[in-house]
Amino acid sequence: MVASAPAPANAIELHTALQLLAQAGRELPADAEPGSVQWMQALIDALCDMSSRDALTGLANRRQFEVTLSREVDRVARSGEPALVLMADIDNFKVVNDKHGHPAGDQVIKSVAATLLECVRPMDTVARFGGEEFMIILPNCPPAFGHVVAERIRAQIERLSVGIAPGQHVWTTISIGGAFAPPWVRSSPLIWVERADRQLYRAKTSGRNRVCLEHAEVYQVSAEEKSMLFGLHDSQDLE
Amino acid sequence: MTARKDPSTRSAPPRLARTLAVTSGKGGVGKTLVSANLAASLARRGQRVLVLDADLGLANLDVVLNLQPKVTLHDVFNGKAELESAILSAPGGFSVLLAGSGLVEYSRLTNDVREQLMGIVEKLKPHFDFILLDTGAGISDVVLFAVSLASEVLVVATPEPTSLTDAYATIKVLATQQDRRHIKLIVNQAARAGEGRAIRGQLQQVIDRYVLPALPTGATLKLELLGEVLSDTAVREAVLKRQLIVEAMPGCPAAAAIGALAVRLLA
Repeated sequence: MVASAPAPANAIELHTALQLLAQAGRELPADAEPGSVQWMQALIDALCDMSSRDALTGLANRRQFEVTLSREVDRVARSGEPALVLMADIDNFKVVNDKHGHPAGDQVIKSVAATLLECVRPMDTVARFGGEEFMIILPNCPPAFGHVVAERIRAQIERLSVGIAPGQHVWTTISIGGAFAPPWVRSSPLIWVERADRQLYRAKTSGRNRVCLEHAEVYQVSAEEKSMLFGLHDSQDLE
Repeated sequence: MTARKDPSTRSAPPRLARTLAVTSGKGGVGKTLVSANLAASLARRGQRVLVLDADLGLANLDVVLNLQPKVTLHDVFNGKAELESAILSAPGGFSVLLAGSGLVEYSRLTNDVREQLMGIVEKLKPHFDFILLDTGAGISDVVLFAVSLASEVLVVATPEPTSLTDAYATIKVLATQQDRRHIKLIVNQAARAGEGRAIRGQLQQVIDRYVLPALPTGATLKLELLGEVLSDTAVREAVLKRQLIVEAMPGCPAAAAIGALAVRLLA
């Protein structure tokens, strides 16, 4: 069997692709002959990478987030490991934009994004979901750890001072909602995000700059509940 | 003491169906059996009833009712068939809408499927008095979504400890995630008369102690015993023959008990 020869590079319209990469400041390997298979592969890899990132912050974009989340849903269903999704939204972001202009707003988003990345493990995914909204996927994250990491993020952002012009700084806060994936159950990415969103709404309506996580234990029935359910509790009370 | 039905369903515009989700937590407790026979009992009392098989991953209402569907919701969503053609007449004088396997691949819900299902329930409401949503087992997000389509929830449990634990977990999740404040309970396969009442009381106690603190201050969660169905050998016979107990053996205790459920629902 003869492998079909790759299409010659000069037969493909590459101008727009190369322009995009140049604009993003991406260089193709210097040792690869333009038009060679190796060069084409590098070009495609760079395009794929770009299309999975948010242009402003360099975080995973929404598309990449959705791919990662579906994969996590599969993993949780098979492994039963706890996993957490956090949804974070910058508080009163409109005020920054209105008062200091959109470039300042962009600067705040970039600084918050960098801080989020610093607060999580390399295996976690931080994504820009839209506007001033971010999503964080934390695989293999027990409930106790989830509370700690979410609170750490909130506190770090509160301390963050963003330089928007020489000598001019702004401070911001963030509200975070989170939900754990039900272990051993094939959840749906959509509902998982919705549950985190509901907690974010709770955080916003109860005063902002706070963390609200859905009770992870809601799916579980504790030993105390079981003993009461099966009537063992009553006899204990009578002692 | 006859509990009044949810005011929310009463104050809805007239002639719209009441929507009830039938769920259980644990599988194999007779959820589909109860749905089908309750539907037949309601139909006998002059109600127009539709059972929507909302066990999206693993539907088996067709097996219970011995139906061979040619068209399912899956075809309706794909544009291969009209909704009307997917509604089947079941032996008990009620209508059935089967999801069809493949509707939710690997039980995955997409936005499209969700919106379409919601739209279908809304579209059917003016044409029926009752829409029963027979959900799958477990507390997966797919089941929770199916339950969220209904305004009333009916939890089926047996006296078995595993069934009670799962029913309790389901009630807990529905209260905390869907703000349910009134849930109806059916105890199936009760060993003796009065067992349903005892189980309801036990569940209510644990709810008051462990679930209420997780709800907003002042909220209550009322578990209403809709009825109990005593363990009955006639049920097994009917199931094996793929017949409805209320049709094939209307005189047996289980059929009478399910009839009583219908009466109470209509009260």
